[in-house]
Amino acid sequence: MSTATETIEEFVNKEYQYGFTTNVDTDKIAPGLSEDVVRLISAKKNEPKFMLDWRLKAYRHWLTMTEPKWQKAHYPPIDYQASIYYAAPKPKKVLGSLDEVDPEVLKTFDKLGISLNEQKRLTGVAVDAVVDSVSVATTFSKELAKQGIIFCSFTDAVQKHPELVEKYLGSVVPYTDNFFAALNAAVFSDGSFCYIPKGVRCPMELSTYFRINTANTGQFERTLIVAEEGAYVSYLEGCTAPMRDENQLHAAVVELVALGKKSEIKYSTVQNWYPGDKNGKGGIYNFVTKRGKCLGESSKISWTQVETGSAITWKYPSVILQGDNSFGEFYSVALTNNMQQADTGTKMIHIGKNTRSTIVSKGISAGRGQNSYRGLVKIMKNATGARNFSQCDSLLLGDKCGAHTFPYIEVKNTSSQVEHEASTSKIGEDQIFYCNQRGISTQDAVNMIVNGFCKEVFRELPMEFAVEAQKLLGVSLEGSVG
Amino acid sequence: MLQITNLHAGVDDKKILKGINLTINPGEVHAVMGPNGSGKSTLAAILAGRDGYDVTAGQVLYNGKDLLDMDPEVRAREGVFLAFQYPVEIPGVNSTYFLKAALNEVRKHKGEPELDAMEFLAVVKQKMKLLELNEDLLKRPVNEGFSGGEKKRNEIFQMAVLEPKLAILDETDSGLDIDALKIVAAGVNKLKRPDNAQLVITHYQRLLDYIIPDFVHVLYNGRIVRTGTKELALELEEKGYDWIIQHETVGA
Repeated sequence: MSTATETIEEFVNKEYQYGFTTNVDTDKIAPGLSEDVVRLISAKKNEPKFMLDWRLKAYRHWLTMTEPKWQKAHYPPIDYQASIYYAAPKPKKVLGSLDEVDPEVLKTFDKLGISLNEQKRLTGVAVDAVVDSVSVATTFSKELAKQGIIFCSFTDAVQKHPELVEKYLGSVVPYTDNFFAALNAAVFSDGSFCYIPKGVRCPMELSTYFRINTANTGQFERTLIVAEEGAYVSYLEGCTAPMRDENQLHAAVVELVALGKKSEIKYSTVQNWYPGDKNGKGGIYNFVTKRGKCLGESSKISWTQVETGSAITWKYPSVILQGDNSFGEFYSVALTNNMQQADTGTKMIHIGKNTRSTIVSKGISAGRGQNSYRGLVKIMKNATGARNFSQCDSLLLGDKCGAHTFPYIEVKNTSSQVEHEASTSKIGEDQIFYCNQRGISTQDAVNMIVNGFCKEVFRELPMEFAVEAQKLLGVSLEGSVG
Repeated sequence: MLQITNLHAGVDDKKILKGINLTINPGEVHAVMGPNGSGKSTLAAILAGRDGYDVTAGQVLYNGKDLLDMDPEVRAREGVFLAFQYPVEIPGVNSTYFLKAALNEVRKHKGEPELDAMEFLAVVKQKMKLLELNEDLLKRPVNEGFSGGEKKRNEIFQMAVLEPKLAILDETDSGLDIDALKIVAAGVNKLKRPDNAQLVITHYQRLLDYIIPDFVHVLYNGRIVRTGTKELALELEEKGYDWIIQHETVGA
């Protein structure tokens, strides 16, 4: 093997740095799933009747479904009875302020570089921190409330704004949508809720930080964001988990509703769940349903994702373009290293007239990673003048990884325009040698080439996140170059 | 500056260089000529540190240090520059960014402060004139979509910015029309200084009409079979490589 290949490999093999666990007293229920468990979760959260009814309907529907198998990834069958469906760090009492959060939990977030202390935080980002099944802290809620913005945990939203929850919950991703969405609807325990009223431009980035701590738990959270006419919000999501030998399931649902005319939601994810070890042992199964609906005329939903973690990533952040002139975007960087597998992409469903969508997907495969782009562009009969542009690029590092592209295009009228571009390239030893010959080390050369490859996506991320994403990519690739 | 002694090298079991001896002093321009397959590009690749070649005997001293012992990036930082015969494209990596990174690596190595973007641009503007390059090229990704001539000119432009001590030009004339050749050669000549040296590898004599060498070496079958002044190149042009080869065979 050449030195370039060896360096690529070294580069990829760097250890996961968020793999610690926190010792906090955890309130968890026994493993297993049944109607009683669903009732227990609902009771623990003191939910109104409509919630319990909805959960039960979802659970009963889930029982009739079978787990889908069509993704291009291999994993042993999941035993849904072995998982714990509710685990929460035990609060000493009802949380009134951050001072009452278990200091161990605060420390955890400090260690992750996410300070929940408002004074210490970068101004301009409000955080909802979710550990295992529940939200432990939400910052800046009061400040945002002054502008009429609701930003709180899902649990709080159910208590304080049940009418909004009832109206929009499941309106984009119904519990019947798919196997994992049904499971999530039945047992989801927390998540974030965000409502931006008419004409308000949210003054700071809102973010949710997810952390799985307890062993054997699944994390099933739900995020719901609604933007009224002329409202704008930029939302960030980050996630990590301890290193464990067994696989843990993360089956989240995210629903975005761009309700009013010219409303805009920008949703960015930097996903860094534990990817498993070099041999593919452990790691998170990240099976997530993310979808947005552009209901308002000229509304816009934009998904940006940087996926570097998880043993298996399986998700398609999608946009339903219902309002005329509405706009959907999907920018994605997915990196698979070692034994990681990713089957990700998007769906753009054009219903309204002159709707537009842009898809830019960058897949990077290293080690023995398998990376698939799967995307659907569907243009309905009435979506006259609709336009889509898709670009799917794959970059291969080394010779043991794989890149796959599965584009699906359905066009039902004659006035629409769909463009698809795809490319596959390899970081060649020639490119690395060329950089070396100009004095640039192999590691820097790979970083440079990979970042150059991802540039179009990174520039869509909020500033601090873009820097973070570049670093993360560097760390995730360490040891991958040869 | 460069001292190659009895260098033997090859790929796998195939012997390509069979005892090269060559000394280059500061201020000198050396041309290595030879027919296809004589080992010219192998020599350039080994000096620059490309992977995949086995050196089986001999040594190469560069300013008294063992060149073959250095990683390719260290050789570059020490002032060895290779103008590639086939410069690769690096999509997505901006040319300016790339060259700034390269120059700063060299400066760091010399213990000089790194240049910031403004200082770097000042250097670049001045050097661009030398090669009559269009500034737009610097805004594009490295070599991406460049014509053959632009790629070669870009190599010499990088050389101008990095100011190497030993520049190896590997068939820089191939694929160039006469106008581009003149520009490239003029650029190379302007970069000549008493404290640096150039090793020009070429198949044809025509480049040497514009870059006047102090010494011409004829490489055949992995060995330098003849060394002379620029007149040797002209003689070769006239009589062809066969003339040397016959001599060589008879002599052996």
